[in-house]
Amino acid sequence: MLWNLPYIVVVLLAIIGLATILLKRNLIKIFLGVSILTSAVNLFIIVLGYRENSIAPIYTYAPSLNMALPTPQALCLTSIVIGVATSALMLSFAVIIHRYYGTVNVDEIRELKE
Amino acid sequence: MIADVIVSNLPAFLVAVPLLAAFLCPLVGRISPNIRAAWVFAAMALTAAIAYCLAYLVYTGGTVIYVFGATAADLSIPLDSGGIPIRIMFTVDPMSALMEIIAVTVGLGVIIYSLSSDERRSGLENYYTIFLLLISAVLGMVSTGDIFNFFVFLEISSLATAGLVAYRVEKGLAVEAGLKYLMVSTIAGIFFLFAIGILYGQYNALNMAIIAERIQWTPLDKIALVLIVASLAAKCGSVPMHFWTPDAYMMAPAAVTAMLVVASQASLYGLFRFVFTVYGVSLNYVTMGWVVIILGILSMVVGVTMAIPQKDIKRLMAYHAVSQTGYMLLGVGVGLAVLGDQFLLNSYGYTAMEGGIFHIMNHALYKGLLFLTAGAIIYRIGTGDLNRMGGLGHKMKFTMVFFIIGALAIAGIPPFNGFASKFLIYESVYQFNPILAVIAMVVSILTLASFVKVFHAVFMGPPREEHAQVREVPLPMLGAMAFLAILVIVSGLFPGIFVTNLIEPAVHALTDQAGYMTIVLGGG
Amino acid sequence: MRMSKIVRFCADMLYPAIVIFGLYVIMHGHITPGGGFQGGAVVATAAALVIVAYSYEEIQGMLSKFLLQIQESAGLVMFAGVALIAIGLGTTFFYNYLANSGLLFGMSVPFGPNPGELNTGGFLPLMNIAVGIEVWGGLAIVILYLLSGIPKEGT
Repeated sequence: MLWNLPYIVVVLLAIIGLATILLKRNLIKIFLGVSILTSAVNLFIIVLGYRENSIAPIYTYAPSLNMALPTPQALCLTSIVIGVATSALMLSFAVIIHRYYGTVNVDEIRELKE
Repeated sequence: MIADVIVSNLPAFLVAVPLLAAFLCPLVGRISPNIRAAWVFAAMALTAAIAYCLAYLVYTGGTVIYVFGATAADLSIPLDSGGIPIRIMFTVDPMSALMEIIAVTVGLGVIIYSLSSDERRSGLENYYTIFLLLISAVLGMVSTGDIFNFFVFLEISSLATAGLVAYRVEKGLAVEAGLKYLMVSTIAGIFFLFAIGILYGQYNALNMAIIAERIQWTPLDKIALVLIVASLAAKCGSVPMHFWTPDAYMMAPAAVTAMLVVASQASLYGLFRFVFTVYGVSLNYVTMGWVVIILGILSMVVGVTMAIPQKDIKRLMAYHAVSQTGYMLLGVGVGLAVLGDQFLLNSYGYTAMEGGIFHIMNHALYKGLLFLTAGAIIYRIGTGDLNRMGGLGHKMKFTMVFFIIGALAIAGIPPFNGFASKFLIYESVYQFNPILAVIAMVVSILTLASFVKVFHAVFMGPPREEHAQVREVPLPMLGAMAFLAILVIVSGLFPGIFVTNLIEPAVHALTDQAGYMTIVLGGG
Repeated sequence: MRMSKIVRFCADMLYPAIVIFGLYVIMHGHITPGGGFQGGAVVATAAALVIVAYSYEEIQGMLSKFLLQIQESAGLVMFAGVALIAIGLGTTFFYNYLANSGLLFGMSVPFGPNPGELNTGGFLPLMNIAVGIEVWGGLAIVILYLLSGIPKEGT
């Protein structure tokens, strides 16, 4: 049961992220929910690479040769970079919407209807 | 010697040339706008030439694989890896080559159109940078043979498209549309990454051929399949995840909308690639086929019924894009449902899939043409509201002719290409289940009805006094529309040539999972 | 309203230290944790620190948008160019032609745990530098544009 703890944390983070996206009304809080969901999936990918009693996969002054898988770490790094770009774009959209609509409440940003 | 080097490295150049051109575009643009226009056009023409050469190689010689970072291009299994392809590779089989041809053809027309319709606007160097990045991302998405590489290109195309949709701010309306598109794309991308994590965690491989070899139908694989189908269907605008489509297609500049259609169809290609090649024989064909058929039927019906009362020309065309995506899903879904039964497959399964995939090509052409004509109208009038247009047929004759060609093609009237692909879908779906074919035909009639309404509202009637000084659009825009219209007419008059030479190899390559694995694993 | 003198003085002192630490993280990406994106993000933090301590108008002399855009494009072109040279040498795109070759970063690496040697890795340190320059330029431009959109006091 203890070995499954990272996966339980992943599911909890994903649920918190999804709940924030679906229930909150402020645009910035919705973006924070997207960021939490991204972190949950990144954590899931890193946890997949763990071997029992392994160390970080770096050969410089390595104390042992039992290393965790490095490929998931590269995948997660790419995903973090994509998350940074997405957050930057979404936040700049929020700045422009606030300038023209005067609000960041999603109930009031509904000019394009039907 | 130089030609040898270029020909053997074509898949790398396919992605590297638009990328490099996009990176240098801001610096080139500082010199002069004309040099920037020439630079963008030269980059797009070079990419189109590379794509056509690569497609010719693939259709005559079989699947082309290209391994990044190896000493030779087809060394897919490194000597010291124990029989596993560990490097990122591009696997260009005939289905990928078909999508590449569609992408660069529409892209070429759109670049010519955009160079003239946007030339008096500001902020152009960043616009063309993102545009070339979008083309590079779509070409990479359809060529890759590695699931994480597909995810990276998918995200690049999402971000580039969101930036382009919101580019002309238009008092915040375009930014609202871009924000909706970005939210849906980001959440779809996150769930897709979750599915990739599940597949990687089980099989310790990212290459599509290796996963196809090792896959067993565990419950985790079922979860991954659901996530993949849901996220890619959301990205291509099928019901019930279609809510971003009308806003994004309406507020984007016209040239970007035509490219956005191609990007949505690249996600559709991704859906088919995962279902047919990665999952392949381990699926329950009938269930999965019916899921895809139901998605298709819902998209068709909801798209066309929401399109009829629309008052904005591009919003109406966006709902029709949703509806036509339903046709592609229906055709390929019927083919998927009978994939296990060789007799039924030969009698109507292959025909249904050919209809669906031929419809992808036709839809990119005639929907691109329709959006470009709508853009031409908005370029002269200034608004897209149907209530404020009327009697434009007197002044804008060429635009009216191109609109008629596009509208007849989308409604499925012979001799245009919409009829050819819809006929293939009707005759095969009728043998599978008659009700589906009847629904498809009713949707086609409603499509014709709504385009008759648009044509009457925009072009017929007495000319209005506020449009007194409206002239025809400039020549490059007419040239781009004529290019796409000629392709629509040619592929409608001679559909047999296109189907036997382009579509049939693509369909056979898509359904042949064993052949894909042999080329990647056995040859190199 | 300006920040107090303590804040401005500490920002001045910290700026070169952060830049040097970021460059260290970029350069040693192939032997220690870090690399192109991580180091570039650290250096961009220095730009954010300076903008927060001073105001946007006072910084425009130091961080110009045009130079940062050239820096971003230069990083990307270097990345794609170094990878394309591999095609000219007869191998495929992105082949590591400098590894174990004796040229710029081409010392051979002994197998197993070792004290990390900077001279190894092939073209990975070059790619790290290219990505680091690009991320520095890109993130600094994003921060500058986002902060320049804030209206001044009183408007």
